[in-house]
Amino acid sequence: MSLSRLWAVARKEAIQLRRDPRSLGLAFVLPAFMLLFFGYAITMDVRHIRLSVLDQSRSQESRQLVEAFLASGYFELAGHLERYGDIDEELGTGRARLVLVIPPEFQPDLAAGRRAQIQVLLDGGDANTATIAQNYAEAIVTGFAVDLVLRGRRLSLPVVAESRAWYNETLESRNMIVPGLVAVIMSIIAALLTALTIAREWERGTMEQLAATPVHRNEVVLGKLLPYVAIGMLDVGVAFLVGATVFGVPLRGNAVLLTVLTLAFLVGALGLGMFISAAVKSQVLATQAAILATYMPALLLSGFIFTIATMPMVLRAITYVVPARYYVTVTRGILLKGVGIDVLWPQGLAMILFATVGLGLAIRAFKKELA
Amino acid sequence: MTRLSPLRITQLVRKELRQMLRDPRSRAVMFVAPVIQLVMFGYAVNTDIRNTATFVVDHDQTAESRALVEAFRATGYFEITGRSERPADLVKVLDHGDALVGLEIPTGFASDLAAGRVARVQVIVDGVNSNSATVALGYAQRIIQRFALERAQASGQLPGGGIDAQARAWYNPNLESRVYNVPAVVGILILLMCLILTALGVVRERELGTLDQLMVTPLKPAELILGKTLPVALIAFIDLILISSVAILWFDVPFRGSPPALLFAALLYILAGLGTGLFISSISKTQQEAFMTMFLFLIPSIILSGFFYPISSMPLGFQWLTLLNPVRHFLEIVRAVFLKGESVRGLWEQYLALALMAAGILSLAVARMTVRERR
Repeated sequence: MSLSRLWAVARKEAIQLRRDPRSLGLAFVLPAFMLLFFGYAITMDVRHIRLSVLDQSRSQESRQLVEAFLASGYFELAGHLERYGDIDEELGTGRARLVLVIPPEFQPDLAAGRRAQIQVLLDGGDANTATIAQNYAEAIVTGFAVDLVLRGRRLSLPVVAESRAWYNETLESRNMIVPGLVAVIMSIIAALLTALTIAREWERGTMEQLAATPVHRNEVVLGKLLPYVAIGMLDVGVAFLVGATVFGVPLRGNAVLLTVLTLAFLVGALGLGMFISAAVKSQVLATQAAILATYMPALLLSGFIFTIATMPMVLRAITYVVPARYYVTVTRGILLKGVGIDVLWPQGLAMILFATVGLGLAIRAFKKELA
Repeated sequence: MTRLSPLRITQLVRKELRQMLRDPRSRAVMFVAPVIQLVMFGYAVNTDIRNTATFVVDHDQTAESRALVEAFRATGYFEITGRSERPADLVKVLDHGDALVGLEIPTGFASDLAAGRVARVQVIVDGVNSNSATVALGYAQRIIQRFALERAQASGQLPGGGIDAQARAWYNPNLESRVYNVPAVVGILILLMCLILTALGVVRERELGTLDQLMVTPLKPAELILGKTLPVALIAFIDLILISSVAILWFDVPFRGSPPALLFAALLYILAGLGTGLFISSISKTQQEAFMTMFLFLIPSIILSGFFYPISSMPLGFQWLTLLNPVRHFLEIVRAVFLKGESVRGLWEQYLALALMAAGILSLAVARMTVRERR
């Protein structure tokens, strides 16, 4: 391999990139823009849950219970229902997400020291919101019941839970989203940048010209990779800067380790894009394959939103070949947990392996085209 | 403007279909890939919180402390994956991500309880995933409160009473997130198919120069556009039926609505997707540009669709923005038709929005294409 030829290919690719201002602009602006945009837009916090009440008890206690729901700040009152039969329409039309049913026996049961029964009916159509709403509702009901039992007594409950959240003390969803989003965005950008680079030469017929030069296939693949690695590293730097300054995401671990692991990730992700590009000749197919292989897996199989541990075995096995999976763990680990190489070495190793295999495959696939 | 010729359009549609279906690789991409993706992602899109890995540090080792741990385990939300007597181990498993919840019961827990003193229990969650951490914390606190109340009532320290909340979820009794998310994946896969086939397909022909060949034929621009988009619409429709069947048969997603309600929505949605694809192709010179522009459209349209981020929690400006997103409206329809059996009448706002968007983007795209191809 000759360094000067490698450099020449890299320069050619950089010049070509510069002539395509839209691609270049997108490559630089897109990551920061997406992070800003989605950092503001996305929140997993569920609030303003519309609540309707069917109060058959009409007692002071039942009104206090409804008051406790509204005072929690999670619910807003959508309306009062008269009949049980109204609930179907209320939930079906989405006027309410949750209907609280307080039966006539509620107050007498409480007065007699029996356990009173109430119903919490949820619109299960949106399972995510319903789970959280149910959680809030049960917490409010339990708290209310405890207050009621303790009322007028100078006692407290015999066991107290002291709960704390580590790594993300205030449970901000932004702290969860920003590091993960950087990994997803960079997977996409990497595929975007490289997926078409070889397929394009093939479709335009410039591949033959390239083949006629003395340049070796290692040099072509690595040379084409270099400018994109540079752009990618810059992108990640800007993205983390935005995350820290705008969204206040902490950096608790080692910045050098983060840089090294980012490099490993980028080379792997770009190599994968190059491989796809070299393996399929057409740009349409390369696009589809790139989306199949990077975008959707990065979004859904990386642990960014959906927990890998709850996936079935086969799918969990597939997540091991999604580079974003390792990088999500790395960014969250270094930024939020502040852990070092002693915890993250398996991820680092996997990404280096990925980079080696990805590049190797790209070089191999490239040879086939020229033959 | 002269009238369109059905014959010429049919000819072009036939040519296009033959071209698309000839290549086994693109056949696989069009019909096999969406099914595989749905099966894969259908399993992935699960936000249920069950069997959360929990690490217990029990310094007390008494019948009481074990009863509390058992109360955690019995709910099904927590799975005890490890125990230790050293708090350092708890730090280690949380750092490695091997457990998401730590429960630490101090020495003297049982004796405090017996003496009527307040016993303290520590619950620590990994807060990185703020969503599941919030839910897990809520469960843990309730389990402990309940445990405490029942203890105090059993020993006569507190009078009886309390409230049982029976929670029931309609439409989806087990609150399975999959049932809610799989129909959304269907919507996104269809959009992808429409965009790739139209946006890149047309630009590719332009790049290769075969679009110019078509120009010199007697085909009118409108005929050309129809001939190019109808085959894609057909393929997208077949894909929709194919993967909806997989969702229903494989993932047991209930289908409570009527097929026409779904197909009508799909028609409008596919038209909007095709219009977007054509529009992208009309502003892109190369496939690379088309690809970039497509992503620029695709990413916000998925994130702002309500697929996994609740729209009602977004800032108000973003909530308005989502109204312009066809994916949002289609997902609302698909979810309501699948799970609630909602009719077209109950969803007329969404249908209207989709129809307006499809008409708007299609005419914009056609106008741009016509001008461009005439030149």
